[in-house]
Amino acid sequence: MTIRPYAICIALLAVAGCSEQTPPAASSESAPAEDFTTTLRTALETAKPGDVIDIPEGRYEFKRSLVLKSDGVTIRGQGMDKSVLSFAGQIAGAEGLSVSGSDFLIEDLAIEDTVGDALKVNEGNNIVIRRVRTEWTNGPDVNNGAYGIYPVQTTNVLVEGSIAIAASDAGIYVGQSRDVIVRNNEARDNVAGIEIENTIGADVYENLAENNTGGILVFNMPQIPQRGHSTRVYNNKVIANNTENFAAPGTAVSGVPKGSGIIINSNDRVEIFANEVSDNETANVLISSYFSANYAGQRELAESFDPYPEEIYIYDNTFSGGGNAPGSDYLVQVRDAVYGPEGAFPDIIWDGIVSPEKPVELNVICVQNGEAELLNTGNGFANPSVDMATHDCDVPKLAAIELEAAGAE
Amino acid sequence: MRRFALAALLLLTGCGGSPAVGTFAADAYPERLSAWGIVWKEDGALELAPQSFVYDLNTALFTDYALKLRTIYIPPDSRASYVDYEAFEFPVGSIVSKTFMYAVDDKGRALLDASWDGNPATLGKTEVIETRLLVRQAEGWDALPYVWRGDDAYLSITGDLMTLPTTTGDLNYLVPSKNECASCHATNHTSGAIQPVGIKARHLHRAHPVTGENQITLWEARGQLTGAPALADISANALWGNAEASLEHRARSYLDINCGHCHNPQGAADTSGLLLDYQVHEPGALGVCKAPIAAGRGSGGFLYSIVPGAADRSILTFRMSTSDPATMMPELGRTLVHEEGLSLLNRWVDSLQGECL
Repeated sequence: MTIRPYAICIALLAVAGCSEQTPPAASSESAPAEDFTTTLRTALETAKPGDVIDIPEGRYEFKRSLVLKSDGVTIRGQGMDKSVLSFAGQIAGAEGLSVSGSDFLIEDLAIEDTVGDALKVNEGNNIVIRRVRTEWTNGPDVNNGAYGIYPVQTTNVLVEGSIAIAASDAGIYVGQSRDVIVRNNEARDNVAGIEIENTIGADVYENLAENNTGGILVFNMPQIPQRGHSTRVYNNKVIANNTENFAAPGTAVSGVPKGSGIIINSNDRVEIFANEVSDNETANVLISSYFSANYAGQRELAESFDPYPEEIYIYDNTFSGGGNAPGSDYLVQVRDAVYGPEGAFPDIIWDGIVSPEKPVELNVICVQNGEAELLNTGNGFANPSVDMATHDCDVPKLAAIELEAAGAE
Repeated sequence: MRRFALAALLLLTGCGGSPAVGTFAADAYPERLSAWGIVWKEDGALELAPQSFVYDLNTALFTDYALKLRTIYIPPDSRASYVDYEAFEFPVGSIVSKTFMYAVDDKGRALLDASWDGNPATLGKTEVIETRLLVRQAEGWDALPYVWRGDDAYLSITGDLMTLPTTTGDLNYLVPSKNECASCHATNHTSGAIQPVGIKARHLHRAHPVTGENQITLWEARGQLTGAPALADISANALWGNAEASLEHRARSYLDINCGHCHNPQGAADTSGLLLDYQVHEPGALGVCKAPIAAGRGSGGFLYSIVPGAADRSILTFRMSTSDPATMMPELGRTLVHEEGLSLLNRWVDSLQGECL
């Protein structure tokens, strides 16, 4: 290093601003002050409750994650195709925009091509994500980031009017949260379109899930602090989710067979009603325990985990097409055995695995859906059968989720 | 603001001699590091406030082979108090500094294989990159990144991404932003409060880099620490390279300091259910036969965080073995693989008994 001990003193005395310094040996990304990327980063880093951070129309390129830690911040763009935060050149950080804070509202912008998750909100109460597009612009690819819109360990969450495209795991993923509404969104070309995982109290409605590997998933995973239950999936369109599974092997969704409309795995008290579910080539609805091979990947379980879906209520949906090209070898064999190679599964398939300790009066799956049939593929796929009388029951309906969030209208 | 900082600097340093240690309100942090009077350069060499205490850790966080000089300043007539397991409590006005630097060759290129005993007197030719301060205000700790340019360092709230020439090619060096500092230092992610990560008994329980005395004993003798139990009753983490410590103790010590700030029961990564701080955790929480939750392609195609006996099929070691920002762990703070740390963890995972389904 060049040492100029006296030069600094002289410079200090002579130059009022002292802004011109010995140039660094290392070069830096620091951009001119007027560059909006710097303005935005500074606004996020110094944000205080009540701040509204406006993102003008334009396309802004980032090499590292943006991070917000303050409560009470609003980030507002000019529209999902107008204010675009692009991370195509990202070389540092695991997310595009990483947020932890309550009373957070983000709307009218896009986050593109992040190396990992696009928008992650980790812990916070009153979260509104509205008209946000998250997209990997190259389309489905195992190297895309895992999640598009990803609130986790949050409460009072509203995700609406958003678009999530080509995530290598889930486009919209709500994890370990409580009191959630996901509505009027569009999820396409993801492995999982919309996934509600280990969440207590979620309403998922008026969304379009199309061309994903699986359309709408309601899952519970073991070995995390909160077990989920009580989700309503209604008035959605779940259409032709037949995209080849492009998730990284080892992830939970890598076991989702392509052609899955709505999947319930290990979750309880799930209502599926008034949806239009069509042309999902494995089945329009799949219900499975954590044990079920090729539904979500069989793994070892902690003893405390309840792997059985229970109190599932399916009614008044409009089903059409689908079931004709199951997305796993195993399910193809079952289809062939029961319906022949030209046949199709009925609208609902279930792995038939029931807890040996289940109380007799507890209903596992109730179906009040006209002519729709449920195929019990049999425990271990041994004795596939349809017995709708078993499912002629009902489950007390869940109350609607009401949010406290100020930004939720 | 800038003019004020300059005036303060001239007043305090007069271009020579030891500056007084500064105190600043949270809305008036100085742009120049030298204004703090904690770490500055004189004749091109780093100088430290004489009242501050140089310290070192047992196994430390890996940061791309950077050398780190750590000091803590506690205001006169006040003292820190010992806390079991968590970070010690400090009086208002305390300042922790960590200066990141590289030994350099005669062309100014960073040497990634340099070693240093932590004694400032033995520090050779270096390129000083950044100094991070933790400043104890009445409301709690604030984290402040300063980036060196020439003979002073400048407050850089937004952090920086630099290209650093090394003897093995250019390195992307990330200076964390203020909020990125919190990504590691908010060890309780729910409260969001910033805490020192390294200033815990198990990390400090070791020989002082200058005097060789035990650091906790030395700190007490200076009258700056109260409440510490007898040394024999304080557990110490291992130095990862200490072949005399057990493989498990070294591996757990490594995971503790490199991962435990997020992967603890209150940390940002409790979402994963993987807990790597040095408490007693059941094997599943430590990752044994544990499926990933939201790892995405961070799974590396593997089913479990740790497959006993099979580091080559374990997600934990996979994520240490990559420098792809989408899949590596920790998420921040390195762009290189710590080959020696990885080798340690590989050997530990390979030594574990049992099998997953």
